[in-house]
Formats: sequence, structure tokens, C-alpha cells
Amino acid sequence: MAVEVRLPTVLRTHAGGASSVQLTGATLGDVLAKLVAEYPGLAGQVVQDDGSLHKFVNIYVNDDDVRYLQGLDTPVPDGAEISILPAVAGG
Amino acid sequence: MQLTKDIYMEMIGHCLSGLPDEACGLLVGTYGEDEASHIFVTKNAAASAMVYEIDPKEMLAVDRQAQDLGADIMGVFHSHTHTDAYPSPTDVAQALDPGWHYVLVSLRDTQPVVRSYTIVDGVITEEPVIAPGVGEPEVSR
Repeated sequence: MAVEVRLPTVLRTHAGGASSVQLTGATLGDVLAKLVAEYPGLAGQVVQDDGSLHKFVNIYVNDDDVRYLQGLDTPVPDGAEISILPAVAGG
Repeated sequence: MQLTKDIYMEMIGHCLSGLPDEACGLLVGTYGEDEASHIFVTKNAAASAMVYEIDPKEMLAVDRQAQDLGADIMGVFHSHTHTDAYPSPTDVAQALDPGWHYVLVSLRDTQPVVRSYTIVDGVITEEPVIAPGVGEPEVSR
């Protein structure tokens, strides 16, 4: 499945300045593994070493937060837009 | 941090209308530069007087609108209801983007106080807030 991954500004420096990347994969986990293979500087920034999603990012497959789907096992339909966004909060 | 008068006034109005809770929103423009071209007010998903959280669904919507404008989210503002317009330890710990502007609106005193910062690796640096027309008397005709 060919998908477009949108990167937040904070991560673009690790991806040669790209705001989005075209990748393929059957699940979100596949796609993110390929993203890190292409841009090793992103390792640990989206998926933590223990395999869980980083708590400071929210990921959407089209309009749906993957935490309410199947997390990294969420299937990605062909042509999907995957948005990686920072969780913005404070006190 | 450069804000138009309209953006500045909308930001203050949103913060006041959010009382007693903290209020928040996003600034859109060219990432890494100083001038916000658009403001998007958002809900405080935490609905709290102590903390704020940009609603993640709204974050997605604003990101898409920024993309349509050929711009990016380049900053965030939020209010402090009873403290200075200075980043709290929680603000610093959760300030992820070294290119963003972090704008604080203090509602502690009668007049709101607006200040802006960059936060890079936990280091807070204040920057001037430039909002032409704000605080100047209206010209009578």
C-alpha cells in the first residue's frame, strides 16, 4: 500500500527537511519501520525502543487516531495520509 | 514574535473567555520565522485552570488548514490564570519544538500581559512581542 506520511516540523530536520514522505506498507508499523530505515535520525522519536508509540506524538491514519484503532498494527489503506503530530500541552 | 492586532486581540479574547480555565491555541505562519499570519483558537482538552492540552483532533484539523495555506504551525499560546507570563516547569518539559514560539498570556492582573519565548533543550529565551496598533489610542475622526 502506498501512503503519504506527514511529518511535524520538529522531526523534519531528521528527514532532510521533508514535510512528507511517500512510503509503502501493510500496517502502520511497517510504514514507520521503513520511515526509520530511510531516516535513521527518526529512530526513537515516534516509536520508542520498547515498541510503543512515543507519548508526545499522536498518529492519525486519515482521520483516525491510531490509539483508538490497533496502534502499530492498524492497517493502512492504499493512498492513506498518515499524520504524525506533536502532543501539545503544558501547565 | 510578530502578531497582527487582529491576532493579538483574538488571542486575548479567547484567553479571557476561557476563564476560569487555561485557554490555548495555535499560531500559523512560516516555521522558524517570527511572523504569525493566522491564529487558530482551540479547546483546552484538559479543561483545567492548572494545565492545558490542545485537543488532538483540533491539532490535526489545524495542521491540515495550515498545509492548505502553504504554511505550518509555528507556535502555541496559552494562558496562565494566576501566575506570570513565564513558562512553567511543565511548559518547559513539554516544549518539543525548538523552532516554535511559545506565547504566554497572563490574566493575573487587570491588564493581560503577553510575552513570548523560544524553548530549546530546556533553555528559555524571551523574545519581544511586536503587535502594531495594540495599546495605541484609537484615532478620533
